[in-house]
Parts: sequence; structure tokens; C-alpha cells
Amino acid sequence: MKQRFFELGERLFRELRANEVLLCTLAAERSDFVRFNQARVRQAGSVAQRAFSLRLARERRQAAATIEISGTAEDLDLLRQTLIRLREALEGLPEDPWLLINETPRSTASERRGTLAPAEEVVAQATAAARGRDLVGFYAGGTQYRGFANSLGQRNWHEVDSFDFDWSLHAAPGRAVKRGYSGTAWDEAIFKGKLDAAAEQLRLLEIPERKIDPGEYRAYLAPRAMEELIGMLCWGGFSARARATKQSPLLRMQQGQSLSPKVTLLENTAEGIAPGFQADGFVKPARVTLIAQGALGDALVAPRSAREYGLATNAANAGESPESLDLAPGTLEERDALAALGTGLYVSNLWYLNYSDRAAGRITGMTRFATFWVEGGRIAAPVAPMRFDDSVYRLLGENLLDLTRSRELLLDASTYDARSSASARLPGALLRALRFTL
Amino acid sequence: MPSIRRIDHLVVGDAFRALRSTAPFWSLRVHEETRELLAVRQDTIEPPRLALDRGAMLTAVTEGGYGYCATSDLSAAGLQAALDRATAWAEATRGVSVVRFDPQDMPAPRGEYASPATQESPGRSALLDLLADECRRAKRDARIVERMAALSLVEEERVYLTNTGGALRQRFRSVLPHMRVTANQGADTQSRSFEHAQQGGFELVGRSGFVGCGARLADEALQLLAAPNCPSGTMDLLLMPDQMMLQIHESIGHPLELDRILGDERNYAGTSFVTPDMFGTYRYGSQLLNVSFDPTIPGELASYAFDDDGSPASKVFLIRDGVLVAPLGGRLSQLRAGLPGTANARASGWNRPPIDRMANLNVEPGTSPLADMIASVRRGVLMRTNVSWSIDDSRNKFQFGCEWGELIEDGRVRGVVKSPNYRGVSATFWRSLRMVGERDTFEVHGTLYCGKGEPNQAIHCGHAAPACLFADVDVFGGEA
Repeated sequence: MKQRFFELGERLFRELRANEVLLCTLAAERSDFVRFNQARVRQAGSVAQRAFSLRLARERRQAAATIEISGTAEDLDLLRQTLIRLREALEGLPEDPWLLINETPRSTASERRGTLAPAEEVVAQATAAARGRDLVGFYAGGTQYRGFANSLGQRNWHEVDSFDFDWSLHAAPGRAVKRGYSGTAWDEAIFKGKLDAAAEQLRLLEIPERKIDPGEYRAYLAPRAMEELIGMLCWGGFSARARATKQSPLLRMQQGQSLSPKVTLLENTAEGIAPGFQADGFVKPARVTLIAQGALGDALVAPRSAREYGLATNAANAGESPESLDLAPGTLEERDALAALGTGLYVSNLWYLNYSDRAAGRITGMTRFATFWVEGGRIAAPVAPMRFDDSVYRLLGENLLDLTRSRELLLDASTYDARSSASARLPGALLRALRFTL
Repeated sequence: MPSIRRIDHLVVGDAFRALRSTAPFWSLRVHEETRELLAVRQDTIEPPRLALDRGAMLTAVTEGGYGYCATSDLSAAGLQAALDRATAWAEATRGVSVVRFDPQDMPAPRGEYASPATQESPGRSALLDLLADECRRAKRDARIVERMAALSLVEEERVYLTNTGGALRQRFRSVLPHMRVTANQGADTQSRSFEHAQQGGFELVGRSGFVGCGARLADEALQLLAAPNCPSGTMDLLLMPDQMMLQIHESIGHPLELDRILGDERNYAGTSFVTPDMFGTYRYGSQLLNVSFDPTIPGELASYAFDDDGSPASKVFLIRDGVLVAPLGGRLSQLRAGLPGTANARASGWNRPPIDRMANLNVEPGTSPLADMIASVRRGVLMRTNVSWSIDDSRNKFQFGCEWGELIEDGRVRGVVKSPNYRGVSATFWRSLRMVGERDTFEVHGTLYCGKGEPNQAIHCGHAAPACLFADVDVFGGEA
């Protein structure tokens, strides 16, 4: 794939005219996908896809195209035709004042080989190990490829073999233990161990449910719940453009409000799994501090925003959203979380968050899978899904008591269009109060 | 972008006829989509973006097993390799599948469909001029902080062939105008947006009201900055059709998806508060509520003649006079559940398998003029244009917010209110429906991004509805 991509790029670069610059990117994958319901297979299949993007720039004008190529000899002809169409598109365009591409080539390469089991073996092992249990989930495994090449001589490549089995064990409707097993080397024993541990925890959900009235409760948010909460902030919260146009959900932080000093959040590209380069050819810094001890830090600045607002780019993607989140740990030992919670709600997962007042940083969402009522530091009963509606300035500000010392690396299981390479390393959070409304 | 190369039916047909598999049933689904996105933001032309997405999914069904393989290699060798892989998957899943797949159940449909379209789009420069005009007209004063106008031109063709003689060809076309204007003053930011998502040609732009929307949206965003917060309390709620779209989608559409009811989505998109025993007896809403799955409405975004499993599409009532009568379930889900259903097995593209989706899901018009609905309200809020949506995984407890609100007191509209939100429970909310707007209030809308499935699929849906009035809803405004 790598050689083929760079060869296609070279052939296209040879056809450029004076003053033309061409940028090429590849987003490809070969994946096996298996979804499970009741420990049986609902759908199993394989996908091979190769999205080749071209961006032609000339005299401060630019146009872009993305073409699904076939991996055959026909690709070059298709890409040549596309190049001609882009050239035509440039004819009628004025100069683009916000055009910025990296003109100082920085080539990089990262290839991580894994030991993936054939997906049919995963099916056999998973269905056998989960027999008699209500396992629902999704296995995605295979190789992801990301490439960049430009006519200025830059070459970047990122290739990873990995799998992500995102699954849950279910008890009564609405009660489940959500888990995942991801990595680069499948090990049946590890999967079975995780399954057995989840089955053990599922017993806690077989206790009769406790009804909780709307109101404020002390709460512990496990790392997967924090993933949803912090993920909401990524929807414009760290975008230079959102800040400039006053649409950030952290608008009040731009105006001086702060979170708890316990909150330090990084875009930690060096320790994430996402590619270290982006579509304009810029190579990402190892880390960007988004929130420093509760104060708003640097924005993620895409090259286009850099031009528009007179900023320096830090190689953010076009959406200016983090891909390798890293929330600093606190001092709470995870084993002490229930005791520290005392009486309140243990929330393993949140779901379907959105802003009820974006400018004010007010967020609503649901608990999901496993939420427990805790009394005297011990789990007393599961709780049905509840809706919260609260401000980020309360949740991660005045009401944040502590974060756990240990953190979980959570891979983004998203597969819209393609398998995601985003990740988040997050602790759990102990909150003085969380406001439930329904 | 006019397509670089349309699906070559002779080539695909020849390649298909040469395919071989040990599976008793196999199919080939080829998609080709061309898309051009034009946008003007802050009076600056964004780089035009063209796209060509083309590939095929091969599906094999054996006695008890099912498998798929998707590839963008449409050569004879590429398709044969994909069919071999699909067949291997079908063999590997015999005996461990959620249902005993039967090749004899697979339909062999024949037919065609094409979106209605009467007007070709003008050239790119004319389109950019149109966008630039709207963007410029939105620059009303310094409080307008962002203006963006865009047009997407989409053409798609789907071809479905089966080894049992099935042959479908469906062609879709959309011109999708979009605009969003944002105003800010101090700690308050308010936006107004315009969407029009239907099938058709450039005539949609003229019909949609896009021309002139820049100034209107800017004016409304500024009005919102000056408006008081939406009041809080239990009161009447008048939802206009563009917010009814979201209300239908989240609290009728998703709960009635049969694959959710069967548990397929419990790990991701969620389950449903609806259970199979409810069909035929459960009172979903007041007697005024009539909901149909209707992929036959010309121009609605998800109209088609056949779904991606080859089932012929027709109008089906899901809720009649408030009583739940049928789920949203395609052929396979119907077999699994033993329930009737709809032709709604849909795939977002060539690289994703069909699953139960909404298509066009509509609330039928009633008999109430809008003026009468407003006159009947002692205290309530009119809301339009969704901005926030959140609902639990069984699609029951919801909270939705809108861009625009108008306070109604004693039967009269009193003024604009900002940050209007409301919350409720699907299982009871629709029973509070007390007036349904007449056909004059009926509007056809659509959404481009409904997310669901593993692997994830974002797909378009159509939702048409009249204005609807609900009683005793928990309404509230913004601020923490």
C-alpha cells in the first residue's frame, strides 16, 4: 500500500505545471468486522477501502478532491482525470487568503506490526467463551493506513495493525457491563479473563433496582463516563476558529472563568495512536496543553485558522478537535473510589451528551449500562438510566473533588466512514454533586 | 461534480455473470456517489471539494450463514476475491448466527427508480455568486461573528444484482443548500441556520427559500441576542415541522427500529422501550397521532423503490389513531421477530451492510389551522430548528433544544425567547398531543446524518410533519 501510494503520487507530481503544488493523502484500511448479539453472530464481513485525496494549489488558489481508488492499474488514469478537473476548478477561483500548506518538507514513517488472529478464529473463540451469556458487541480488526505526499518532497506514512473488540454483557433490559479489548496482539486467554471478570460484575446488576429521584447527588464518574464528558468539550472547546467566533462551549473560560486546578488536559500526540501529521503536511507537536491547571490553554490551530486569525498553526486537523486526549491524573486510588464516594452514584458510562446551553457550558446526557447507588462505600443497588443537566464549570470546577491516580487508555471505537485512530487516556472523577433532572 | 465515470452496466453485468460461488445465493451491490461541496464563509470562498466514492459489496448466503465483503476493486478479479471472502464468512458463521439464514428467502427483485429533478445546476461560478450574496447579506452588524453558506450537489447510483435474476437500478440526486449565521454579544452566542434536504435538482434551491435567507438568519440571530431567556415550567409546546423532524426521528423512529427491539444495537446505538408484544395494542400517542413509513413521496430525502436487500418499498402505517401497529423492520428482522414491517434495510454506502433504518418517517397532517393552535394556548412556547438532542439508549427520556422560540400567552404570540429547551418521556409525550396542524402547515424535511450500526453508518432520512401542539410539557431556558 505504501509503495503504491507514493508511486501514484510521484506519477502525478510529474504532470504538474509551473507554479502548481499538489498534496496527496491516503486513508485506507483492510478490516474484518463482526457484530454479535446474544453471543451469536449478527453480521460478519470484510472491507477494503482506499480514499485518495488530492489538493491542487496554484497562485494562492486551491481545490480538492477525494477519490475511492481500486488498487488496480486503472487508478492512475482516474487520478490524472481528477487532476485535470481540479486544474479546471482553479480557473474560476479568486485567491484564497487563508491557504497555508507546509512548504518545509518533514518526512516521517511509523509502522506498527501486530499479531492479529484470523477473524474467523475470533468468532469461534468469542461465541464459545460467551455461550450462555448475553454478549453484544463488535469486533473490528485489521490494518489502517494513512499517507501524505506532496510535490515539495515530503513523505509521511502511518500504518498500524490493530483490533478493537467493543462489547457488553447484559442482564435485565438497561443493565449491562460495558467492556473492551483492544490491542495489536489478540490473546484468547486475555479475552476470556475479561469476559469472566465482566460476568462477575454483572451479578451486581441482578440486585433489585433502586429508584432515585431527580436532584443533586455525590457521584463518581468512571473513565468511560469521563470519556463522554471530556469528548463533549472537544466539540469546539479547543478550536481556534470556535474561539474566534465565540462558539466555543468554553466561551466563559475565554472570558476568565476557570475549572478546578486539578484539571490539566493535553493533546498528547506523542503517546496517542493517531498519525503525527495532517492533511496540509504539517507535523504535529508532541503535546499541546489545552487546559493547564484549570485555566484555558492553547487552542488547536489548523493552518486555515492560522491564516485567518494571524495565529501560528500547531498542525491541528481541519476540525480542530483533539485526537489523543490526555487528562492528568489526580490523587485518588481507584480502589478507594467507592469509599471516597461514600453515599452517592457510581456512574460507569454516560451516553448521548449534548449542550443544553452551549455558550454557558451546560451539558445534558444520560447514564447508561451500569450505574449504582452506593451507601457507606459499598454498592447497594443498580439504578435505572437517569438524565443529568449540569454545567462544566460545576462538574469540572467547584464540584470536582479528585481524579484517580490510575488512568485508562480508551480507544475510540468509532467506525463512521473508517476506523478511528483517536484515543483518550483518562482518570475517573469524584464529584461533590451531579445534578439529575429526569 | 458531474461524474468522472458512471457505473458501466455492461462491464458490471459481465463481471457479475462471470462470478462463481459455492453459496446458493449471492448478490452484488455497486454504489457510485459523486459530490461537490461549495461554500462561502466570511465572504471568502472555501476550496471547492469534489468527491467520487465507488465500490461494491458482495454478499453470500448459505444454509444458515451470511457474509459480506466490500471492495473498491471492481475488476472481475477484485469482485471474485470479494465474493470468495463473503462466501468464506457465510461458511464460518453457519451454526453461530442469530438466525438460520436461508438462501431461499432472498428476493430477486427487478426495477428502477430515479429522483425527480427538473432543473440542472448552473456553473460553479454562478453557484459561488449565489452563496457569496447570501453570505454578504448576513453581515448586518459587528455582532455577527460568523456567516457560512454552502451547497452540496450529490448524485448517487445503486445497482443491485443477484445470482437468482434480481436486477435493480436506482439513481438519486440532491441539491442541498445550507446556511448558518452566528451572533455574539458578551457571554451570549446565538445562531440561526437554514437546511433544506430533499431529492431533486437545482429547482430545490428556488423552492426552498434559500435566496434571501442570509439577511433573515442574521436578523433572527440578533433578535435572539436581545430576547429574554425561554421561561421554565410546565406548559404547552408548539413544535414547528423542522423541530418535529427531530422529535419524530428520536422518539418514534429509533424506538420502532426492529433491530433495536431484537437487541442488535444494545452495545452501541441502544435498545428500545418498545417490546414486540406492544404491536397492535399499545397506545403510543393521542388519537390524533398517525405515523407512516412512506418511501414513495416524490422528493422526500429517503424515497426509493427498493431497499438495499431488494424488498419493494411501499407506504406502511406504523401508528394509527395513536395505536402502535407496525415496527420499522426489514425483511430479515421481520423473519426474526415474526412481525410485519417495512422495506427499510439500508446501507450508508458500498462498504457497509444493510440494517434497519428509518427512511421517510412522517406524521400525517391533521385538521387544525396554525392560527387556531396558537389561539388555543394559554401559556406556551413555539419552537423551531433543532440545536440540541439527547435521549436515553432505550429512546425514552429525552431532552431537546431549539434555536428559536416564541412565547405564547393567552392565545397570542408575545415575542421571541432564546435557548428554548424541553424534556419528556417518549412513552407519554405523544399522548399529550392535543392538536395536529392541517396540510397547510405540513413541511417535508430531511436529515443527512442518522448514526447507527456496527460498523457505524451515517445515513439520510426524510421526515415530513405538520405543526403539532403538545400539552403540559416541561419547558426551560438556558443559563447554568
